[in-house]
Amino acid sequence: MVDIQTGNKIKIRVGNMNFFYGPVQALFDINMDIAERKVTALIGPSGCGKSTFLRTLNRMNDIIDGTRLEGKVLIDGSDLYSPMTDVVGLRKKVGMIFQKSNPFPKSIFDNIAYGPRIHGVKDKKDLIEIVENCLIKSALWDEVKDRLDTSAMGLSGGQQQRLCIARALAINPDVVLMDEPASALDPKSTLKIEDLISDLKKDYTIIIVTHNMQQAGRVSDYTAFFYEGRLIEFDETEKIFTKPNQKQTEDYITGRFG
Amino acid sequence: MNKKRTGEKIIYWLMRGVTYSVVLFIAYILLDILIHGLPAISWNFLTGFPEKSGAEGGILPAILGTLYLVIGTIVVALPLGMFSAVYLTEYSKQNRFAQSIRMAIVTLAGIPSIVFGLFGLGLFVITLNFGSSILAGSLTLACMILPTIIVASEEALKSVPKYMREGSLALGATKWETIYKNVLPYALPGMLTGAILGIGRAAGETAPILLTAAAFFLPDLPTSVFDQVMALPYHLYILATQHPEAQKILPMQYGTALVLLLLVIGLNMAAIILRIRVRKKYKW
Repeated sequence: MVDIQTGNKIKIRVGNMNFFYGPVQALFDINMDIAERKVTALIGPSGCGKSTFLRTLNRMNDIIDGTRLEGKVLIDGSDLYSPMTDVVGLRKKVGMIFQKSNPFPKSIFDNIAYGPRIHGVKDKKDLIEIVENCLIKSALWDEVKDRLDTSAMGLSGGQQQRLCIARALAINPDVVLMDEPASALDPKSTLKIEDLISDLKKDYTIIIVTHNMQQAGRVSDYTAFFYEGRLIEFDETEKIFTKPNQKQTEDYITGRFG
Repeated sequence: MNKKRTGEKIIYWLMRGVTYSVVLFIAYILLDILIHGLPAISWNFLTGFPEKSGAEGGILPAILGTLYLVIGTIVVALPLGMFSAVYLTEYSKQNRFAQSIRMAIVTLAGIPSIVFGLFGLGLFVITLNFGSSILAGSLTLACMILPTIIVASEEALKSVPKYMREGSLALGATKWETIYKNVLPYALPGMLTGAILGIGRAAGETAPILLTAAAFFLPDLPTSVFDQVMALPYHLYILATQHPEAQKILPMQYGTALVLLLLVIGLNMAAIILRIRVRKKYKW
């Protein structure tokens, strides 16, 4: 699929999607085409549904009892929510970085090797290569190469989050979802993560939820503004931040609410 | 202001006093058993068979019997309890059905041990035809300590943060892979705590094994799980209440009590050491 206006290849297409937590509807009629190898930022006030939306893209909401989705979510043209979909295979294609860095209480090496091992990589040489590559990609290699066997819990907050990025890359995904990946980090670590995002978009389709307007402006190509479970506006980031079409978007961006 | 401070002080000393009195109580029991029991303990006492209805000789068959029963109980109860807890916390929906299962488990914990004994007698000894045996006794004791292990295991599983599960699932692990590789290892120390509590109970109970496993005296050591055994708590009960010369053989009673105590402490220590080692490996 290719977007006719921009010429971008479409990686994810969301059509008429409604999402429910039990009886409560959290997302209303979302339609969105997400471009391949671009960074798409999701912004909006707390509770607007942006994180819920992000988690529909790797069916992470499935683990909550009583959730339900209507409509379509297509990745590379195949329906994520069709009963035939292999959820495990899907999650392998879509990596996820969480708001709170969540290294496992294992060694740095074992953290990154966790995914590949589950997916059947047994050869120690292959694992070593994957771990090294992913740490280089996540700009952590130089800091940890001499202590891969030590616990990941000993890393700083920023390092832990980059470790989680390396861990997600180790399963070789196409899409990387990030749920406020830098919200718990200091400014210096935040910048490192942002630089990393810019690097990674060469190879990955990145969707990032952020509360930080400047961050959305700095790292993303496209920005989607959510409000009360609806997608209010979705356009090139520059356009959203300079001349948005919707009054609500403008009010939010200029800080009049939220 | 001064009055308030005095009040605070009184409360403080009251609580401190109550806490210390508990310790004093335990210390008294331990010391009493230690002082009277130690003289009775000898090589012959630990490795010999009872003679003259337990008035002389040793208690080896009872030591081994209790050890066998405890091991059998843990082998049965620990996996059962762990998997039940995994099902309840990780798989079952949190609905009324799950609630009623939990209710049943808590109720199970409150059932008197003699009732477990009768249950074991009816089901394992008679209906399943295991006879009075290590097998029947272990199964009965396992039923009795299951609630302890399930509740402790559930708490341990719940204390593993949700992000461990999410992190693993997001990497494409299946639910079972996630539980097996990224939840159970971290919950293990807590589960072992449940096992420790269970061991103490299983080793000390008299009523359930009275009906399902224990014999007053056996000339030979057991050779299979279908054999009857002697057991320390039952032996102690016989010596203290059923023996014609109960007063005269006080040292034998104290010695038996001390050995039982040391056995339980030893088993607990082993479990605690195991727990510390596992916890050290996975620290978050």
